[in-house]
Amino acid sequence: MSTATATPTPAGIGAWLNVNIGLWRLASLMVAAVVAAPLLVLAMAWLTPDTEVWRHLSDTLLLGLVRNTLVLLVSVGSGVLLLGVGLAWLTAMCDFPGRNFFDWALMLPLAVPAYVLAFVAVGVLDFSGPVQSVLRQWLGTSVWFPPIRSEGGVIAVMVLAFYPYVYMLARSAFLNQGHHMLETARVLGLNAWAAFFRVTVPVARPAIAAGVALALMETLADFGAVSVFNYDTFTTAIYKAWFGFFSLGAAAQLAMLLLLFIATAVYAEQRLRGGSRYHVNLNTGEILRYRLKGTRALAAVCAASVVLLLAFVLPVSQLALWAWGVIGEELDARYLSFFGNTLFLGAIAAVLTTVAALLLSYTHRLKPDPITQVAVRISTLGYALPGSVLAVGVMMSFVWVDQHINSAIQWLTGEAWGAVLTGSVFSLLLAYVVRFMAVAYGPVDSAFDRIKPSILQVARCLGAGNMEILRRLSIPMLRTGLLSALLLVFVEVMKEMPATLLLRPFGWTTLATRIFEMTSEGEWERAALPAVTLVLAGLLPVVLIVRRSAK
Amino acid sequence: MNLKFLTLVLLGLVFPMAQAATATDSLVVYSARNEQLIKPMFDAYQKETGVSIKYVTDKAAPLMVRLKAEASATPADVLITVDAGNLWQAAKQGLLARVHSKVLEKNIPAHLRDPQGRWFGLSVRARTLVYNNKRIKPAQLSSYEQLADPKWKGRLCLRTSKKVYNQSLVATLIARVGEAKAEKIVRGWVANLATSVFSNDTKVMQAIAAGQCDVGIVNTYYYGRLLKKSPDLPLSLYWPNQTTSGVHVNVSGAGVVAASKHKKAAQAFLEWMSGATAQRLLADGNMEYPANPAIKPHAIVSAWGEFKQDTINLSSAGRLQVKAIKLMDRAGYK
Repeated sequence: MSTATATPTPAGIGAWLNVNIGLWRLASLMVAAVVAAPLLVLAMAWLTPDTEVWRHLSDTLLLGLVRNTLVLLVSVGSGVLLLGVGLAWLTAMCDFPGRNFFDWALMLPLAVPAYVLAFVAVGVLDFSGPVQSVLRQWLGTSVWFPPIRSEGGVIAVMVLAFYPYVYMLARSAFLNQGHHMLETARVLGLNAWAAFFRVTVPVARPAIAAGVALALMETLADFGAVSVFNYDTFTTAIYKAWFGFFSLGAAAQLAMLLLLFIATAVYAEQRLRGGSRYHVNLNTGEILRYRLKGTRALAAVCAASVVLLLAFVLPVSQLALWAWGVIGEELDARYLSFFGNTLFLGAIAAVLTTVAALLLSYTHRLKPDPITQVAVRISTLGYALPGSVLAVGVMMSFVWVDQHINSAIQWLTGEAWGAVLTGSVFSLLLAYVVRFMAVAYGPVDSAFDRIKPSILQVARCLGAGNMEILRRLSIPMLRTGLLSALLLVFVEVMKEMPATLLLRPFGWTTLATRIFEMTSEGEWERAALPAVTLVLAGLLPVVLIVRRSAK
Repeated sequence: MNLKFLTLVLLGLVFPMAQAATATDSLVVYSARNEQLIKPMFDAYQKETGVSIKYVTDKAAPLMVRLKAEASATPADVLITVDAGNLWQAAKQGLLARVHSKVLEKNIPAHLRDPQGRWFGLSVRARTLVYNNKRIKPAQLSSYEQLADPKWKGRLCLRTSKKVYNQSLVATLIARVGEAKAEKIVRGWVANLATSVFSNDTKVMQAIAAGQCDVGIVNTYYYGRLLKKSPDLPLSLYWPNQTTSGVHVNVSGAGVVAASKHKKAAQAFLEWMSGATAQRLLADGNMEYPANPAIKPHAIVSAWGEFKQDTINLSSAGRLQVKAIKLMDRAGYK
């Protein structure tokens, strides 16, 4: 059974598995090195600090930016925690009318990029938008409406865009937890709420923490949504340094500071968790859900519907309306290839990244020595970097490799080839692995956390080999975690814009880069068609995988 | 020999894109202007000359970083981007080659190109005033500077200072009236704002049309685009500073990449871009003004009237961009 008591950290399952840890470690370190290379390239910027940009920023904007960023982190963090855990609890552990539908539907907002939600929200709800215009017509010009382009507006949009990370991971943790523990708690006299707060949530903590961490990293890295609201955060300073002062050095330095902050926060959370272990029996039996009745059932339906409406139905309907207006001039046969490219990149990158995350996580469990721990930490940091900055780091490391490949080719053939890695599909896929490692690692690792080492020990005693244990025990037990990882990376890759723009082969267009073509010259409404197609493409994996992980 | 062969085959399999354009019948363009605008031009060029053009689009800053990182190995021949500030930066970073071309010097007026021939403006965008014609009369307006007057308190809408168009506007203002006076003007604008600044020009105009404010500063093609979609909006353009410096104009332009292996072909392409066919496509495709004065603007664009443009050389926008950003930060213009 699961416990949240502190037991001393074991030396890792590798200690008694008697496997060749060296090989696993080597492979992991190689993965980590590839992922860490772009970060190192960016960190090099600290060798030559750009004092002029720094002085200007600290004289004028920095304090306000840090304040805004912290406000955003705290508010979005609490918001996604509340919505994500609350809704996951409802759909996983309770029964109410429409539960089967909300169970998967509440994950749909994952397919809507935050910047898209932001521009729809501002377009519809601002002073000149349809809602306020109609209200002014009915009620006169003095009618007051909460300003959408405000701190509250940004927070609301981000919470609605990012809560699915928490929902998804908390949901699968709750489902895996099963009912036995909860029953025990109830038998021991806890009421439903106490059981929720003192048993269910603490046991699901690794998953919830992983979800919140993803949402917060996404918040920190976001540039699209905040610039629609013109809300200045730390990312604004990074872009100002780069796009305004043309000091990529200062931008990289700021970005590295951001990473330092994240690394500290992640480390603190893990220390706070202490030596607690979170193993649970894989729940095999039918889940007995709380049956909600009367007003409670109504409240549950209302809560789920409102979130679904605001985060998905309304914005996507508005997008579809806009898209309908331009479909004649915009839709053509090329959309098939945009769609195909997007799915192709998403699927391959999802598999690659998940396999890499599995490798890292498994090695970490075999032997959590300091080197492996550092490797894991570093390779999961990239997600918090603003996309363009990381993309540049990736691109610069590829160019560096290219130069060396080229000198080798020159030795072989006597003439240079030019770009080999840069601008190939291969490099683009690698960039996705680098960027989204954290996205895959979170679900995989928190799923690993829930597997009792004793099961593996027993398998070992029965003579199973290392690969066999991984194949026949760990992977099936990790199924929901792996599915979550695949889905999250898939959807993230589809939405990804800056790295795709910078590293794609000539002539490659995906739905996200198509959105860029429109929005780069301010044609937001024409971007509705690729945006809506992107959302639809994102639905495929969401529905597919949720179905398979549902109980 | 066997080893070499095997390595090559393997490399060929892994990196099918490896063979970058080395033939002279094709060019590679890095473009910060979007696909739907440049593709028709490239197609026309191929039809006319047989030279095919491969391209990649992105924002200006990442494209420049890529050019810089790729250095002599870059496949790029031409860089296309909006805003003189970006072009000036690219030139300053040594990414663009000097081009001496009689054709370009004849077709493109001197203030719209780099004095050293590293970049050439190809289309002109005027950043002018737009006002609500139901609420105010054009006689109430006169200049950019006048929008700082307290009589506009609570009546002005602006786009964010993060947009390079506003940075260039303020940079040329600094060049004209000096830093201290420019800062006073910008502070005046900020004090007159009706609402927090917007993320794009279209939103500024929609706010003016809805009566949230009376006047704002926008690029004309946004006006053209919006009016094409909603012709009934009570919006009109106003050409400011007509008795003084003239309307602030900016360009989208291009330059030959310094490390290009096909400089001659790239120059020929730029020259073609300054000619009638390309000028038509480039300007009309986005309701901008052709940079080549021999080509008349599109009828819709001409209907907005003639105006005197600011002929300060646009490289000053690049030179003073950092100063302008710092000034706007100090003045609280977000």
